[in-house]
Amino acid sequence: MKELSLNILDVAKNSVKAEASLIEIEIEETTETLLIRIRDNGYGMEQDFLERVLDPFSTTRTTRKVGLGLPLLKLAAEQTGGTLTISSVPKRLSPDGCGTTVEALFYKNHMDFTPLGDIVSTVTLLIQGNPDIDFRFVHTMPDRTAELDTRELRAVLGDDVPLSDYEVLAWITDSLREQYGPDRI
Amino acid sequence: MKSLEELAAIRERMKNKVALREASGEIRIVVGMATCGIAAGARPVLNALVEAVSKEKLDNVTVTQTGCIGMCRLEPIVEVFVPDQERVTYVKMTPEKVPEVIEQHIKGGKPVVKYTIGAVEA
Repeated sequence: MKELSLNILDVAKNSVKAEASLIEIEIEETTETLLIRIRDNGYGMEQDFLERVLDPFSTTRTTRKVGLGLPLLKLAAEQTGGTLTISSVPKRLSPDGCGTTVEALFYKNHMDFTPLGDIVSTVTLLIQGNPDIDFRFVHTMPDRTAELDTRELRAVLGDDVPLSDYEVLAWITDSLREQYGPDRI
Repeated sequence: MKSLEELAAIRERMKNKVALREASGEIRIVVGMATCGIAAGARPVLNALVEAVSKEKLDNVTVTQTGCIGMCRLEPIVEVFVPDQERVTYVKMTPEKVPEVIEQHIKGGKPVVKYTIGAVEA
């Protein structure tokens, strides 16, 4: 993947498949590190599956739905000296508290650091493709923050307008671009 | 700053459009957005399609995302479904090819044969 935002687009789809109703994407950036956290309230994973999920070669037919997305993100993090961790609570153990959190830490000054890229497109297209799921996006940078919560948008739009409406998507893109400022996009 | 009032205005405008949308035949554009598609460049293609449909106000067209279509080496893949017509599969799509597909196929009804799987694979 040429951009970390493409990995985010890819890995967030695991949360969609896990039937999450809320997917949170947090990016915490310092001058030296970039942390990506993707948290969902989907049905989670059992311990034995969790142990195998990062190895692309142990993926069998029954586990195929997870595929290469997570191993690619892990590779991107580790090649900068960073790490990828996953924690998960399966629905069987906690029907109300289930879900999965993926955290990837990157060292930005490493020569193999992949740039974040067009994160605004990633957020917009995740909403476009999954208008019935709520997304909370927060990107904190040393000097600014960009954020969006579809629950706030939904409260204004009601049942009349889906979040995938083209005018709404344009509003989302413009809102995020404004928050990043012209020098970041 | 973008304000939530602007969203409320969109909601007001949409109330009148819903009936119109339901009356016309729906065209579906489906973009493969699995790991293979994304890695091959599907995101800018999807972006260009969403922007084109929005800009041209093609109210009878919906753009949706799907998983792996099964021909990873031909990604990005875009499928177009027009009611009562055979599905058209575009392969190795780029944002640059999108205006032609919108103009000729979606608006004009004639598939852009040179970008379809039949032409590229032949």
